Amino acid sequence: MRSLSEIETAVKRASRAVGYSWGNSEEIGKSIRQLELFGFQGIKNLNKYYKDKSTKKFEDLNIINEINETSSDAYCPIILGISFLDQIKSVENFKTIKFKKIAYPVIFLSFLSRASEISGNKIHVRLDQNEILLNLNVNICSNFLDQDIPEFANEIEIKFIDNKDSFTESEWNSLYKLAEDTFVEESDSLKEGAAGAGLTDND
Amino acid sequence: MNIELRDPNTIMKLSRLGSFHQSKLSFLRSFLNEFKDWDYSRDLFNLDKNGYGEAVYSFKKGKRVYSLVCFANQIKDEERSDRVIATKWDAAFTLHDGVPSKDDIERLKNEVPKQEVGRLSFKELTLSRANKSVRVFNHVVDSLSEGKQPDLELLSKVGYLYRTTAVYGSGKFGLADRFRIKNREEINGPFRLEMMLVYLVRQFTFDQVNHVAHHKNPKTAVKLDKQICKNLGIGNSTGLGMAPFIVNHPTLLNNWILSRETALKKIREIKNVQDKDAELFIDCVKKSLTNITSWNTDSEYQQNKIKSLLKNIRKFIDYIENSFDFKAEYPFNKVYLWLEQNVCEECIEYVVSIMMEPYNHIIEPLVSNMSSDEDKYFNIPTNRTVNELKKIIEKKYPNILDINFDQKESQQNFWFISKNKEEPRLADRFEEHGSELEQPLAIARDIKKLYEKLLLEKENLTIAQFLSSNSEFRHVIRRAFIVEKFPYSEIQDNTIGKDIIPIDMLRLKLSFFGALKFDPRSDKWLRICMFQGAPLPTELKNYDEQWVYKTNN
Repeated sequence: MRSLSEIETAVKRASRAVGYSWGNSEEIGKSIRQLELFGFQGIKNLNKYYKDKSTKKFEDLNIINEINETSSDAYCPIILGISFLDQIKSVENFKTIKFKKIAYPVIFLSFLSRASEISGNKIHVRLDQNEILLNLNVNICSNFLDQDIPEFANEIEIKFIDNKDSFTESEWNSLYKLAEDTFVEESDSLKEGAAGAGLTDND
Repeated sequence: MNIELRDPNTIMKLSRLGSFHQSKLSFLRSFLNEFKDWDYSRDLFNLDKNGYGEAVYSFKKGKRVYSLVCFANQIKDEERSDRVIATKWDAAFTLHDGVPSKDDIERLKNEVPKQEVGRLSFKELTLSRANKSVRVFNHVVDSLSEGKQPDLELLSKVGYLYRTTAVYGSGKFGLADRFRIKNREEINGPFRLEMMLVYLVRQFTFDQVNHVAHHKNPKTAVKLDKQICKNLGIGNSTGLGMAPFIVNHPTLLNNWILSRETALKKIREIKNVQDKDAELFIDCVKKSLTNITSWNTDSEYQQNKIKSLLKNIRKFIDYIENSFDFKAEYPFNKVYLWLEQNVCEECIEYVVSIMMEPYNHIIEPLVSNMSSDEDKYFNIPTNRTVNELKKIIEKKYPNILDINFDQKESQQNFWFISKNKEEPRLADRFEEHGSELEQPLAIARDIKKLYEKLLLEKENLTIAQFLSSNSEFRHVIRRAFIVEKFPYSEIQDNTIGKDIIPIDMLRLKLSFFGALKFDPRSDKWLRICMFQGAPLPTELKNYDEQWVYKTNN
């Protein structure tokens, strides 16, 4: 089994070899390492993308808008991912961000996962019919478990999810009431002695 | 009194970094301190009469066990080489996490001797190999087998029975990634498991030499005297592989140097020094003279440094014995200021290291700050502006900005990775091919290029906007934002200039390892000795902390 350190180093060097700057190559190494840690096929997809790249033209999207449509066959998932990371403070203000045609979207996901951590918000991604939740770069949830992520996505929609509870106030109260059963009702003597401050702590 | 930390623009120059010496902060000493109360044992010693076979040594505490698995092999003299291009070694080692099963040992037997072309697993933590100093090893075997102890003069000249030629860790060749083990308290210090491997290898060399001598002549053989063992260490041949490491791990480098600088600052701020602490300091300085006078090297460069160090240390001893009173207030500050005025860089750093000896309460908390979670500082704050970045560069790289990179000699060299061995190399840009594949280690040149580009941009442009059309600067933009927070994270020198002495970079790292007696074999590789004078594993529970200054060699 390859270690994550070996993966990161090999990806960084390979990325430099296909023409990315050293700084971008460092970003790619870090992102693919993270994908492999989460159990996604980073190496496999990156390999295929670099082979495709030698024969096909992909568009570099440097400035991200709410709606992004490429005039070529597909966006490069790497430049798109790095731009997304760099522009996270502005793109997180968009309600929804839409892209048409991204090559090897799993590679893009790795950057989105890191963007989720920087932003402090979970990110919901719809890749055509499939849904993915990027959870602060701690994990990635998807319904891709039994299938490979496709090599091409036609419609991509990204939403930042507000930090809010997944439960109702009444569900919380119900659970909290149970937690209170571990507390001791204080008698007068406990009130006086157990905290050390006595009954009054005013000057 | 508040003493300022020393200026990174002085301390992070290569000539100063290349003058660093081991200290109480060094990793091999902090390793011994951490593992002194662990249980040591030799669990397997299955060598044939010639000393070939397997052995296992371990450190154990509670449920945690670290086991060194050793494989000693027969090789031909012509196959023995310290260069990284070698494919066979006298012995190969791995540090296994836990107790290795028979299956593990069988698996490792097939992989460990192959080193870089073998595959390890997440159950292994470090990997190494070593070659005999054949001259010394054979002499010791012959002497012991005849019932005599070996010639101490020969041993003193070399200092070890074996020298390692590489020690790998952190995910190389399938070894466990650092993240799997980083929360273990006992390894909360850099290179601790690498130090453990080297330390246990040292013991293996003594056991092996005794074993071979015994089988050569069971009737007359004696064991190598324990005091002689203690005065032997493990040699190490080190090449350029270490140099890029310190460039590629900026926050780690910062934490090493910052710990050293913080220690010096705190010691200089001590108002009244107790007699026993002053005595210990002076005693260590005097005893350390043996380390300098027994420092053997053929390198003229190093011989000159040693001569100068010896002359300056004698001058310093004369000063503290005849003109200095430790009862004065802030005596170590006075000592330091005197050093700055009167002795060479090498001597300043040598004495700074020794100043730490009396002060466990200052040093020990700093040891735990010497690791770094570098991923935490990887992301670039792209919402910052071009103006802010420009100001950081002006403040943090003032001397770098003065270098004229239009001059040929300022960019005479380039760093590359050799295809044959995947190891870093340095070559003349104008005489060798390959500079188009240069590694991103010319930080000074690239920072200056970035600065010149920034001067042409609008000041309120965000870094995100700047990067969208200038991705070639991304690696140095990341570094500039790191150095903003970590003042000692950057070498403040030109790493590709004509006059670069790469071994300065190696010495910096090796001094933090705890190496003694640097012996440059060229300007690109050197030999050192580790653990010379260190307690044996059976003596760890109660040992003299100042052993470094009390070796007999």
